[in-house]
Amino acid sequence: MNWRRFWAVLICRNREFLRDRSALTWNLFFPISLIAGFAFAFSGPGLDLYKVGVLGDASAWTNSGFFTTRYIQFIPVSNPAQALTKVERHQLDMLIDPAGRRYWINDQAPKGYLLEKVLRGVDAATPFSKQTVSGRAIRYVDWVMPGVLAMNMMFGCLFGVGYVIVRYRKNGMLKRLKATPLTPLEFLTAQVVSRLWLMLATTVLVFVGADQVIGFPMHGSYLDLFLVCLIGAISLISLGLIVAARATSEELAAGLLNLLSWPMTFLSGVWFSLEGVHPFLQRCAQLAPLTHIIDAARAIILDGATLSDVSGHLLALTVMSLGFMAVGAWLFRWE
Amino acid sequence: MAVLLETHGLVKRFRGVTAVDGVDLAICAGRCFGLLGPNGAGKTTTVELLEGIQQPTHGWIRYRGEALGARFRQDIGIMFQSTALQDHITGRENLQMFSQFYPRTLPLAELVETCALGDFLDRDARKLSGGQRQRLLLAIALVNDPELLFLDEPTTGLDPQARRNFWALIQRIKASGKTVLLTTHYMEEAYLLCDEIAIMDHGRIIAQGSPRQLLAAHFDDVVLQLPLADFPDPTPLAAHTVIQGQDVVEIFTRDVNAAIQELLARKISLARLQIRPRTLEDLFLELTGRELRS
Repeated sequence: MNWRRFWAVLICRNREFLRDRSALTWNLFFPISLIAGFAFAFSGPGLDLYKVGVLGDASAWTNSGFFTTRYIQFIPVSNPAQALTKVERHQLDMLIDPAGRRYWINDQAPKGYLLEKVLRGVDAATPFSKQTVSGRAIRYVDWVMPGVLAMNMMFGCLFGVGYVIVRYRKNGMLKRLKATPLTPLEFLTAQVVSRLWLMLATTVLVFVGADQVIGFPMHGSYLDLFLVCLIGAISLISLGLIVAARATSEELAAGLLNLLSWPMTFLSGVWFSLEGVHPFLQRCAQLAPLTHIIDAARAIILDGATLSDVSGHLLALTVMSLGFMAVGAWLFRWE
Repeated sequence: MAVLLETHGLVKRFRGVTAVDGVDLAICAGRCFGLLGPNGAGKTTTVELLEGIQQPTHGWIRYRGEALGARFRQDIGIMFQSTALQDHITGRENLQMFSQFYPRTLPLAELVETCALGDFLDRDARKLSGGQRQRLLLAIALVNDPELLFLDEPTTGLDPQARRNFWALIQRIKASGKTVLLTTHYMEEAYLLCDEIAIMDHGRIIAQGSPRQLLAAHFDDVVLQLPLADFPDPTPLAAHTVIQGQDVVEIFTRDVNAAIQELLARKISLARLQIRPRTLEDLFLELTGRELRS
C-alpha cells in the first residue's frame, strides 16, 4: 500500500464530489426533505389513522360518543353516492349517517372492520380493565427516524461507490489508471474512505438538523451511535464494491443496486416493525446490514443501549464488512 | 541500436476468435514505431498487450530483456484512444494526481511548456476542446518522463490545424530521445512521424520496415492523375493500369513518357495532368485490400 498514491486518488475523488453541485445537493436535499416531510406529518396532535365520512351536519355530533375518538378524521359528506364510491375504493374507511343511526363499510377493508368494532363497542358488556404501560412512551417519529437516516445512508453508500466506479470503468478512466503503478487496493481504499467520510458527515449533519426540527430523544451515547454508523457505512460501501467489481454499464449497476437496496428497505424495519412477519423473512432480514444498523441505532437512541448491548449487531456488521470487502476485491477488474 | 521492447509469437484469443496471431516485433530505443492496419486488424489488442493492459494467450513480451513488471509500469507513458478524465477536476489537478503515482516525474512547468497547456491548465477538463484535451492527455502520459510512449490514434477527431500542432509536439518528444509507439489511421501522420512501420491485418504483421523501404520494395511506378472530365472513356492503356475514381482517373505506370505519348495519341488534354509518387495509403490499400471493413 503506497499512501501517496492512495492520498492522490482520495483528494481527487473528494474534489469531484464536492464540486458536483447536483450530487451534493441531492445527498443533502433528499434526507432533509424527508425530515421536513416527517416534521410536517407528525406535528400537531397526531396523525389520523382512519377517515370517516359523516353525512349531514357533522358539527352537531363532534362532542359525542364515537365522534370524540382520537386518530379518526371525520370528514363532512354532502353526496352519499360519491361517498359510497369512496368507501368502495378505500378512499374512506367508513361512511356514517348519525341521524339515521346507520353506517357503511367495505367488507374487504381492514380499517373498516376495525372502525366497526370501535363503533359497536365490542365487549362493552364485559369490559376489560385498562392498564397503562410504565416504560418510556415514544412517538412513531422517534421510532422511525433512525430507520430513515440509515436508509439514506444505505442509498448514499451503495450508489455513491458502486455507480461511480462503474462510470469510471465505462468511460475508460479505470483502464488509464490500470496503466499506472496504482494498485486496485490503493484505488478501492481511496474510494471507500472518500465515500465513508462524506456519508458520515452528511448523516451527522442530517441527524443534527432533524433533531433541531423534530427533537427526538437520545437515551444512549452519541459516540456509540457514531460507531454503529461508521461500521454500518463500511459494510454498505463494501457491498457496493461487489456490484462495482465487474459491472460495465450504469444500467446494470443501477439494476443490481436497486435489487439490493429495495428488499433491504422493506425487510430491515425502516417503516414498520418486523414483529409478526413470517419467520423466514425475519431470518432473511438478519442477512442485511441495514437491519443491524437500524436495530443497533434504535436500541442506543430509544433504549439507551451500550456497545455491549449491541455487540451482536456490531459483530454481524464487522463480519459482513470483511466478507463483502474480500469478495469485492477478489472480483474487481479494472476493465 | 538497442531493442527496448520485443515480442515473440504473440497470440491473443477471445472466446475462439484470434485477434492477434503470432506477432513478432522489435522496437528500438529512440525510434518512432508506427502500427497501422484497418479496423479489426488487431492493432489495438496488440498495443494493449504491449502496454501490459491485457495478457497474451501465447508468446512473450520483454522490456529491456525482462518480462513486463514494476519497472515497465514506471517507464511507460500511455495515451489511449479514448480516456475520460475525472469530472470537475482541472488539468493541473489531473497532472498533480498522476504525478503522485510515480517516484520520478517531470516538473509541472516543463509539462506545461512542452504540451502548451498554459491557456487552460486551471480549466475543468470537461470544458476543454478536442485539441486541448489531447494535449492534456499527452502531458499526463509524459508526467513520469517515460522511456517508452504509447500513442493510440492520438489525432483522431482533431481538425487539420490541431492535428498538425500535435504532430509538432510528437516531433519535439521524438527529438528528446524518447521511444514512441504510434497507432494511426492517417498515413500522412505515419509517414511524417514514424521511422519504422508495421502493417497488420487479420492479427498478423503483413509488412514491416521504414516507410521509404516499404514503398521502394512494393512499388516501382508512379501515378498519373487526370480529371475524369478530361479522360471520359478511360479504357486500358498498353502496359499501364488505369483505375477510375469518382472524379479522377489514375494511371499507374513505370514508363511516364510512354504513358503520356499514348494519352497524347488519344488526343487527351494533359493541361490538368498531375504526377505523384506512390504513398503509404497506396501501400496500405494494396496490402489490406479495398473492400469495405466494419
